Amino acid sequence: MLAFIIRRLGQALLVLMAVGFVSFSMFKFMGDPLENMLGQEATVADRAELEERLGLNDPIIVQYFDFFERALRGDFGVSYRVGLPVGEVILDRLPATLELAFLSGVFAISLGFVLGVYTAIKRDGFLANFIMTTSLIGVSLPTFLIGVFLIWAFSVNLGWLPSFGRGETRSVFGVDLAIFTWDGLRSMILPAVTLGLYQMTLIMRLVRSEMLEVLRTDYIRFARARGLSQRTVNFGHAMKNTLVPVITVTGLQFGSIVAFAIITESVFQWPGVGLLFINAVSFVDIPVMSAYLLLVGVIFVTINLIVDLLYFTIDPRLSVSSN
Amino acid sequence: MSDTPILKVSDLIVEFPVREGTLRPVDRVGFEVRAGEILGLVGESGAGKSMCGSAIIGLIERPGRISGGEIRLHGERIDNLPEDDMRRIRGKRIAMVFQDPLTSLNPLMTVGKQLTETIRAHLAVSSSEARSRAVALLEEVGIPAAASRIDAYPHQFSGGMRQRVVIALALAAEPELIIADEPTTALDVSVQAQIMALLKKLCRERGTAVILITHDMGVIAETTDRVAVLYAGRIAEIGPTRAVLSTPSHPYTIGLMASTPSTTGNLQQLSQIPGSMPNLRAIPKGCAFNPRCTKTISPCFKDIPILETVDGSEVACWLYDPAYKADTKEETGASQ
Repeated sequence: MLAFIIRRLGQALLVLMAVGFVSFSMFKFMGDPLENMLGQEATVADRAELEERLGLNDPIIVQYFDFFERALRGDFGVSYRVGLPVGEVILDRLPATLELAFLSGVFAISLGFVLGVYTAIKRDGFLANFIMTTSLIGVSLPTFLIGVFLIWAFSVNLGWLPSFGRGETRSVFGVDLAIFTWDGLRSMILPAVTLGLYQMTLIMRLVRSEMLEVLRTDYIRFARARGLSQRTVNFGHAMKNTLVPVITVTGLQFGSIVAFAIITESVFQWPGVGLLFINAVSFVDIPVMSAYLLLVGVIFVTINLIVDLLYFTIDPRLSVSSN
Repeated sequence: MSDTPILKVSDLIVEFPVREGTLRPVDRVGFEVRAGEILGLVGESGAGKSMCGSAIIGLIERPGRISGGEIRLHGERIDNLPEDDMRRIRGKRIAMVFQDPLTSLNPLMTVGKQLTETIRAHLAVSSSEARSRAVALLEEVGIPAAASRIDAYPHQFSGGMRQRVVIALALAAEPELIIADEPTTALDVSVQAQIMALLKKLCRERGTAVILITHDMGVIAETTDRVAVLYAGRIAEIGPTRAVLSTPSHPYTIGLMASTPSTTGNLQQLSQIPGSMPNLRAIPKGCAFNPRCTKTISPCFKDIPILETVDGSEVACWLYDPAYKADTKEETGASQ
């Protein structure tokens, strides 16, 4: 178990170094940082001096490890656009994205799981077929279209929910969160649904097919032959056995919810890191972009690690410690 | 022993609607099992053996259904019961043991949990009572150190031990009838003998009736009291095991016996029945065995034979029909 964790951490580090290299290359190969920093009046001597000071004359590999070392300390340089340290800018925006991702993840997993199990158990039922057909819309419609449609329906026509912004926030342990205020929660509903709809339908379809697969196995037949109630068979035996593959995909999906909140955040003007990234792109704010890239890498790797560890708690066959 | 059989199946028909029409994996099958008796159902793959078992326990996969005949448990009809009543019979009065112990147990649940949930589904006992009962069951089926093994997961047991656990699960609520569907096919030969001995012992000690589904004539000879030979969903021959095996009457049974290796017969060459069992979609008219039979006479191609008593067992073959018996000699082989 411990060896497994150490091995996984090693792999995670390798992945992050690769992502870090891409982040680093953005500085190196996109635009000229000296131009940005010195302005038009600079002399050749100024350039040479700055190059030396920034370590730009060192070999690439040394510069890369310098970058990596600074990144580990949370130092990603200064944003070209707002002139503040990138670490601060991102940390300031991160809670908004995380709470949005959290709510939409909860929405996607809970509803996706319930509907998936339902459509698997009532395989030929009318409602189950209706849900399956409708879910195709969720899978095939692009996020921005769903967002715009929801705004049109619930904000413009019905006027039930706000169409943009984060609403009122409350400070919890020094972090401003909207999820704990009524106004903030109301503002979160539409973006959270928009962000989670695709994942919800995906999880639902996955749960359904996994569950159907499990329901065909011998041990389910045997559980029936033992006279267990339909409910025990479905929920006590079949459901738990669908969890392993579902957790894998769900974990990865949660990663993409965080990473690709960009579109939803733009549609709803949600002040999170996704919106920050979009603005950074239009301004060629490379430190922000590169830090964002690393951040997404860290989130994905962390989630993968958690998913791997969850397998152990679900599937006893994986624990090496048992004889 | 009372005279009413524990299980009486009569004229059972199982049908599966398919695009081309309706398939009949089980066609007018009838047999009885008494307390403490082991009945063997033997036949090739697809003969309808397992389907009979599924029909009795009410677990035929949709869209299949029982479309004719009756199944009576202690004289009470059980083939038309609502699902909830049938569930109370399953595990409690009729239990089933499947072929593959590796896949019969839920891999994510300890064997103790699977045992106690089965016990508590049928008997009103507390969880600690259920647990001590589970330990006793594991001991009874011969799991060493049962008390400490009860919290192990299925993958921590060997194949033979797992089949013992499966049998313990089948015994959990003291059923009157156990349907064992090829319980030893997936096991090593030495383990097979142990499992069969265990089943036999439990059946004798508890007076449980057993239906043993197998394609192994050796297992039939060693274990069963009566045997039914199935071919293409119908009973070809049924009777006391000794009578059927020592004086087989149906050409198919004769062929089956000849194709079973024995230490006393011809050791050089094992005979085989030519051809294979017909697909359910293309069962020949008349007797389903006629394309492979070497003794066909004219009625074999026209009508389905019914069971007649021959040499202590019942046989469905035109050769033994009183009306045709007289002129068997002249017509044998004539129509080939």
